[in-house]
Amino acid sequence: MLEIKNLHASVLDIDDSEILTGIDMKVNKGEVHAIMGPNGSGKSTLANVLMGRFDYLVSEGDITLDGESIIELRPDQRAHLGMFLAFQYPAEIPGVRPWQFLKTALDSKAESRGEDKMSVRNFSKLFDEKVEAVGINPNLVKRSLNEGFSGGEKKRNEMLQLEVLQPSLAILDETDSGLDVDALRIVAEGVNSMRSPARSFIVVTHYQRLLNYITPDVVHILVAGKIVKTGGPELALEVEKDGYNEYLSATGANV
Amino acid sequence: MTNQNTISRESDLSGGEYKWGFVTDVETDLAPKGLSEDIVRLISAKKEEPGWLLDWRLKAYRHWVSLYESEGEPDWAMIDYPDVDFQDIYYYAAPKGTNEAPKNLDDVDPEMLETFEKLGIPLQERAALAGVAVDAVFDSISVATTMEKQLGELGIIFCSFSEAVKNHPDLVKKYLGSVVPYTDNFYAALNAAVFSDGSFAYIPPGVRCPIELMTYFRINTEGSGQFERTLIVADAGAYVSYLEGCTAPFRKTSQLHAATVELVAHDDSEIKYSTIQNWFPGTPEGEGGVYNFVTKRGRADKNAKISWTQVETGSAITWKYPSVILRGDNSVGEFFSVALANNHQQADTGTKMIHIGKNTKSTIVSKGISAGKGNNTYRGQVQIMPGAENAVNHTQCDSLLVGDQCGAHTVPYIEVRNPTARLEHEASTSKVSDDQLFYLMARGLSEEEAHHMIITGWSRDVIKELPFEFALEASQLLKVSLEGAVG
Repeated sequence: MLEIKNLHASVLDIDDSEILTGIDMKVNKGEVHAIMGPNGSGKSTLANVLMGRFDYLVSEGDITLDGESIIELRPDQRAHLGMFLAFQYPAEIPGVRPWQFLKTALDSKAESRGEDKMSVRNFSKLFDEKVEAVGINPNLVKRSLNEGFSGGEKKRNEMLQLEVLQPSLAILDETDSGLDVDALRIVAEGVNSMRSPARSFIVVTHYQRLLNYITPDVVHILVAGKIVKTGGPELALEVEKDGYNEYLSATGANV
Repeated sequence: MTNQNTISRESDLSGGEYKWGFVTDVETDLAPKGLSEDIVRLISAKKEEPGWLLDWRLKAYRHWVSLYESEGEPDWAMIDYPDVDFQDIYYYAAPKGTNEAPKNLDDVDPEMLETFEKLGIPLQERAALAGVAVDAVFDSISVATTMEKQLGELGIIFCSFSEAVKNHPDLVKKYLGSVVPYTDNFYAALNAAVFSDGSFAYIPPGVRCPIELMTYFRINTEGSGQFERTLIVADAGAYVSYLEGCTAPFRKTSQLHAATVELVAHDDSEIKYSTIQNWFPGTPEGEGGVYNFVTKRGRADKNAKISWTQVETGSAITWKYPSVILRGDNSVGEFFSVALANNHQQADTGTKMIHIGKNTKSTIVSKGISAGKGNNTYRGQVQIMPGAENAVNHTQCDSLLVGDQCGAHTVPYIEVRNPTARLEHEASTSKVSDDQLFYLMARGLSEEEAHHMIITGWSRDVIKELPFEFALEASQLLKVSLEGAVG
């Protein structure tokens, strides 16, 4: 469903800032792909470029979703097509309730697809269910979005949004960073319970430990903006054991 | 807008066509442009005012002339506009002739209709706001009539200022100018001399006004100055919540609006005053728009409370500092404000809290939003007088910048003359960040929706102080007012 072809991306308005240096990747429906790599290899950039963040310039290549190029689409349009990015550092939005935010997001999506908006009553029910399932402190969701949330709480809140919005392609950008084992398990359970033949995941991570809980179909090693190796779940274990040095020296990247 | 819990009046500020006659002879109603003692006398005569009121107007006029000749317009605010030609304004403009008014909604600027649509203003009201000469009686008026009877049984008076002068002259005479004397400032003097109409409310001792009182002001006539005067008196132990909405049609020429509002809160009473100001801000290129020079002040006696809440999205220029004189012991003053300056709008607004009584307490929450080439200034004064033992003030003023061509300024004046006072001042300036926008858009919100959500969330501390329907309108207004500022 998602295909990335020779993708080059740099930071907007900065010369010689190419971060992604030619990525090729194909994610079929129902698959879980893990993208691993050392710090600075371009993992988060890839996640953000996939979602259409404005401050990157795609200089070459293409991204297609179900055969259609999405490179010209804004982030909201990509979201309407079923894409979702769980953020590494979710933004704090003072005065905005998570409930209100998610209802608006769901309504925008329904509207873009010409579907009826969910009633407030049904949405409230769904929201309460998911709050419980994700294990967020119910008092927290009465506060401002992400404001004063701990790192773990922010990640759970991302999972809450994932559960409510039910995307067809979810990208998790280092959702495991800063999580304790319990929280990690909750994230993994969320992903596992949502795995279905119609939904794909791209899990971006630095460490292998999340993959103890989520078994990927495909693992990619990203180094210096390029995918240097692709394999099955066993690849993650190799990296865990041997580190990234082998790949770093192969690409000549600075450690 | 009008519901069971609101009584609403419409007030046409352009001379009284709406409720108060003088329309039989159009010729005599068209006073020439310009300000003179004769014009002041004419206004007073047209309104069949008693001699004492004419005298008061004339004193105000002479004071204004002396200010005009000695100092001219006040220039200390951070606003920039060409000098107002006070002789090029109609001070007693007859209501626009029906020949120049649009005949029906089809003749009205579609852009304006679209705005009303977005604001959810009922159809009949849209026609009125657009300046269409309609004969239809608005729903809100008939509601008002039935409600007026109920209010009458409680002894509450709520009527136009002109009616109050006719029917309750003693009350008007007692309180008019008692909080904002005509000598107060340049525009207060001008208003006192030529005020056209406005609202009057009186709540008798111990009465809690059971519904919100509301006035919807509108400016219609082109080239005319608008000078309304509002006086609200809560007698001992009374309570009232008053709402004020302001809208003006789109005009390419600038209009001068100089209003005065006086609040009198006697012992143990409470007045809550909410404003949504949406006078025409001018075109995106900075043409036209209302110059909004307003003096609003309340006097709080012992244990009384006055609360100002304002959402200021309109006007080309806003110069407005709703204030509270905390005269009585234990009195409380509050000011909650959201002011938005988009395109070429300039807002210089804030408050004054004058602590005179013991244990007086004031709270200031000011939120300034600047977008486009807008300039927003918070100007606030907190004054603790020598006798104000244990006075407390908390001030929070926040500025939000949208884009990189706008400005935000904060000018607090603090004067403490009693060592037992406790004052806190917090200020912040932030920008709508790319991270916030991307976060919301990645969930499916359009760029405009995302901006709107960030801005209303940021303004929430103020908007939540508004009565419910007003809060919805305020949120919608912020959205409409920011269109074009983003994207």
